[in-house]
Amino acid sequence: MRWMYHIGRYMRLLAKSVRRPEKFGVFKELLMTELESIGLQSVGIVALLSIFMGAVICLQTAHQIGGWIPVYTIGFTVRQTMILEFSPTLIPVILAGKVGSNIASQIGTMRVTEQIDALDIMGVNSAGYLILPKVVAGVFIVPFLVVLSMVLGVGAGAWIGVATGLSPLADFEYGMQVDFRVFDVVYALTKTVVFGFILTSVSAYHGYYAEGGALEVGRSSTKAVVWSVVIIMVSNLVLTQLLLN
Amino acid sequence: MIELKNLDKSFGDHHVLKDVNATFERGKVNFVIGRSGSGKSVMTKCTVGLIEPDRGRVIYDGRDFTAMSQKERKVIRQEIGMLFQGSALFDSMTVQENVEFPLRMFSDMSDAERVKRAEACLERVELSDASGRFPAECSGGMQKRVGIARAIAMNPKYLFCDEPNSGLDPQTAIVIDNLISDITAEYGITTVVVSHDMNSVMEASDTIHFVHQGSICWQGDRAELLRGGVQELEDFVFASDLMRKIRKTGH
Repeated sequence: MRWMYHIGRYMRLLAKSVRRPEKFGVFKELLMTELESIGLQSVGIVALLSIFMGAVICLQTAHQIGGWIPVYTIGFTVRQTMILEFSPTLIPVILAGKVGSNIASQIGTMRVTEQIDALDIMGVNSAGYLILPKVVAGVFIVPFLVVLSMVLGVGAGAWIGVATGLSPLADFEYGMQVDFRVFDVVYALTKTVVFGFILTSVSAYHGYYAEGGALEVGRSSTKAVVWSVVIIMVSNLVLTQLLLN
Repeated sequence: MIELKNLDKSFGDHHVLKDVNATFERGKVNFVIGRSGSGKSVMTKCTVGLIEPDRGRVIYDGRDFTAMSQKERKVIRQEIGMLFQGSALFDSMTVQENVEFPLRMFSDMSDAERVKRAEACLERVELSDASGRFPAECSGGMQKRVGIARAIAMNPKYLFCDEPNSGLDPQTAIVIDNLISDITAEYGITTVVVSHDMNSVMEASDTIHFVHQGSICWQGDRAELLRGGVQELEDFVFASDLMRKIRKTGH
C-alpha cells in the first residue's frame, strides 16, 4: 500500500506545481536556466553516446547479415533502431541519471537546509517555483536532444559503414529511405515528451520530500534515478502497445 | 500581536503540543525557550503555517490564520519575515539577490528601487560590502545578518527567529541579539525568538515563554525568570554555573 501513498503524494505535488507562477518574468528566467541546464549541458553526453551507438549498430548489423541479405539492410536497421528505440528510450534513461540526480539533489539540499521552508513562509509556491520550470524545460528540450541523437546516430552509422567498407554510402542511403514512415518519428517523439515529463517530475518529487541530512539527499537522488528509469521503462511498454496498435 | 489559542499537534501517538496558549506582543522581543524536543520548533512551524495544527487557532492581529485558505494566508505570509537556524539563504544567489528575492516576487518595485531597498537593508545589518558574495563565501554570522536583511526587506509586521545564535561565537551572538532587538523597536514589529541560549534570553528578551513537554508552563520577563518559581523552569535556566551565580549575586 506504500506505493499508493507515493502516487497520491506525487499527484498532489504535481497539482501544486502547475499553479500560475507568482511572477511570469521570474518563471521565464528560471525556464531559460533549466533549458540550458537540462538541454545545452546534456548535448555533449547525448552526442557521444549517439555516435557510438549508431556506429556499433552498423558494425553489428553488417556482421549479422553475412552476405546473403542486401547491404542496404544496414542503413535500414541503423535508422529503425535509432529512431524507434535507442534514441527515444536510452537517451531519456541516460538523462534520468544525469539530469534526474541533479534535480533531486538540488531540490533535496534546498529542503534539508530549510530553503524550501523559507520560500513557503514568504508566500512563494515552492513547488511551482522549483518544479514547474524543470518539468516544462524537460518536456520541451528532451525531444530536441532525441532528434539530435537520431541524426548523429544514423550519421555515425553511415560514416563507420563507409569507412570500414562494410556498406557503400549509396546502399546505406537507400536503406535509410526504404519503408520510411513519418509516424515512426511521431511515435518516438511522443514517447520522449512523456519521458521528459517523467524524468523531471519524478526526480523533483524525490528531492522535494527528502528528509534529514546529506545522506538522505544522496539516497533521494539514487531513488530518483532508479524510479525514473523504472517508470520510463514501464511507460515505454504501455506507450508502444498503445501507439503501435 | 500574535495569539496562539488552544494549539494541539500530534505526530502519530506522539502528542507534541498540548493546548498551547500564548500571546506575543507587538514591539517586543518575545522569547520561546525550552529544552530540545520540548515542542518549540513545532509551535513556531504551526504559527507560521508550515505545519497544520490538529486543533486551536493562530491569530495575527485579529486575523484567524488557521481559518484562512492558502490564498488568503499569502497576505499574512508577506507580512512575515523569518530568520532560520541555518540561515536558509538561497545558495545559487548572491547576498544582494537573496535580499532582493522577496521584493522581486511580491512587490511592483522597479529594478532601481529594488536594488536601493536591498542596499538599505544590507546597510542596516552592516553588510554593504558583501552584496556580491555568495552565501558559501560568508561566515556564519554574516549569513545570519543576511538572513535578517532578507527578513526585513518587505517591512514585515512579524519576525520569527529560529535559534538565531546557534553556531555563533559569543561576540557575534551579541551582535545578532542586539540587531534583533533594535530592528524590533525600530520597525515596531512582533518578534518571536525560539532559543535555548540563556545568554540571548538575558540579552534581548522582553517577554519569555517557557515550553515544557508541549505546553507553555511559565511566562514572564527577565527579572521574573531569575526568581524562578516552577521546578522545570529552574532546572532548565539554572543548569549552568553562570546562571546560578547570576541568580545568587543578582547581576
